[in-house]
Amino acid sequence: MSNRIFAVVALAVALALAAVTQLIPNEYFFSAAYTVLLFVILATAWNILGGYTGYVNFGSAAFFAIGAYTTVFFYNAFKAPLPVGIVAGTLVAGLAGLGLGYLTLRLRGVFFAIASLALAVVLYIFVVNWDYVGGARGAYVLQPRDVPFGLPRYIHLIYAVQLVMAAFALIVARAIEHSTLGRGLAAIRDDELAAECSGVPTLKLKIFSTMVSCALMGMAGTTFPYYLSYIEPSSVFSLSYAVNSIAMPLIGGMMSWMGPLIGAVLLGTVQQLVQVTVSSAWNLLIVGVLLVFFVTLAPNGIMGWVDAWRRKGR
Amino acid sequence: MAEALLEVVGVTKRFGGFTALDGVDFMVRPGERVGLIGPNGSGKSTLVNCIAGTLRNEEGSIRFEGEDIGGHAAHRRIRMGLARSFQIPKPFASMTVLDNLCVPLFYAARKHEKLAPGRIVEEAVRILEQVGLAGRAHAMSRGLTQVDMRKLELARAMAAKPKLLISDEAMAGLSASEVDDILALLFGLKEQGVAVIMIEHVMRAVMKFSERIAVLVAGRKIADGDPQVVVGNAEVVKAYLGE
Repeated sequence: MSNRIFAVVALAVALALAAVTQLIPNEYFFSAAYTVLLFVILATAWNILGGYTGYVNFGSAAFFAIGAYTTVFFYNAFKAPLPVGIVAGTLVAGLAGLGLGYLTLRLRGVFFAIASLALAVVLYIFVVNWDYVGGARGAYVLQPRDVPFGLPRYIHLIYAVQLVMAAFALIVARAIEHSTLGRGLAAIRDDELAAECSGVPTLKLKIFSTMVSCALMGMAGTTFPYYLSYIEPSSVFSLSYAVNSIAMPLIGGMMSWMGPLIGAVLLGTVQQLVQVTVSSAWNLLIVGVLLVFFVTLAPNGIMGWVDAWRRKGR
Repeated sequence: MAEALLEVVGVTKRFGGFTALDGVDFMVRPGERVGLIGPNGSGKSTLVNCIAGTLRNEEGSIRFEGEDIGGHAAHRRIRMGLARSFQIPKPFASMTVLDNLCVPLFYAARKHEKLAPGRIVEEAVRILEQVGLAGRAHAMSRGLTQVDMRKLELARAMAAKPKLLISDEAMAGLSASEVDDILALLFGLKEQGVAVIMIEHVMRAVMKFSERIAVLVAGRKIADGDPQVVVGNAEVVKAYLGE
């Protein structure tokens, strides 16, 4: 399927889903689905650098937070509407990714991972001490009273927006995967030195993939302040974003765009169900147990398992 | 005498206090077959790494087709036509054998060969036929045997369409008939006008292959010339066998 056809199909599916599900009377559905979609975007974004290129980013929460706090900043400064926050947050996170890439991508493997974690800590401290966006107290972002498209509540809109953004993230990830660029990234993941000696401009490609990955993570965060109407640093910089955005591609499979999608829908839904039926404190424990299970039994994730099964059938 | 394709002048490389290369001069003419030998730890691989750009030399200059490439990143050097294979094969393990070749075809050869994107797979298949791996084109590269892995390593370097190919111990640990396979491959390159630097411990292969042999010992070049003369050189014999 060509990129253009896939883009049309993905967006059509997203819009159709958004339209059909508006009929669901239970409002909690939208809140839960929003969270799952948020993880679809985060996992897809993480996988562009982590799965395609082989660089583990522990700082997902930082880029998510950059998106969220850019929205807050523009809201405080100009009472800017949501679309402005989405575009600005994506760009700012992309620029931050570019900076991170420039500074750290000469480091290999585990050193990059540590640097990305350090960035999250530095940004957390920065935001806690930045009074304009609420500092440690947190910040309020009021949902507009008028909801467009005749939707009943603002959460319906946020959910639909998140669906379209998830489709967008998947389109970007798939386009990269199937391009010459994707082949170059895979070469870097397999053996960076051999890639460089095969003519792949490794540093440039790594910086590019970091930038795209971080921009999409930021995009996921831009709607978050509207979702809760209130954000504060410790919840936005939560460990669960960093852990989930790694765990979901790992469980779904890191070699293709479908892996993070499957992982995020599966893990995200299970977490939401457990949160309602058992307790919210169990979330990360479940992620941990599933991770151990998959790393030992299906190291290439669900997609790897499917591929192996398909090959056997042939 | 033909203009030099590769010209290494006074190259020095230090690792901390250890001098791995000490003012090495070395040159290769277009289409020439040169053997580079020396005991373990004499600096052969370090010299290759400096030429290919995976290490930076502290002193001296490296010129390729007259252009100073000392400051170029490795990927720029290979795009100019300077390819190398690795001593320990480094296949792209998640890809098929065919896709392994598509990487340098896309990223290196396309720059100077003006290959249309549609012809890349075709070209990859042609190279695989040349090295005798066509039957394994769609196998995963991580599942190859040692000798096939070496062939893939050479094929990937060839796919960059180089003017100079550096083969870093492509034959270590192979059986006699496998050595002949690889030798035939490298002789085939000569016919295409590709210059080859062969780094090898298998003396039978080096002697058969090389038009000229250079000898490195402890980071210095102690001999360079006709193979028969070089292996008779007293200093070379001393370096290999002791007094």
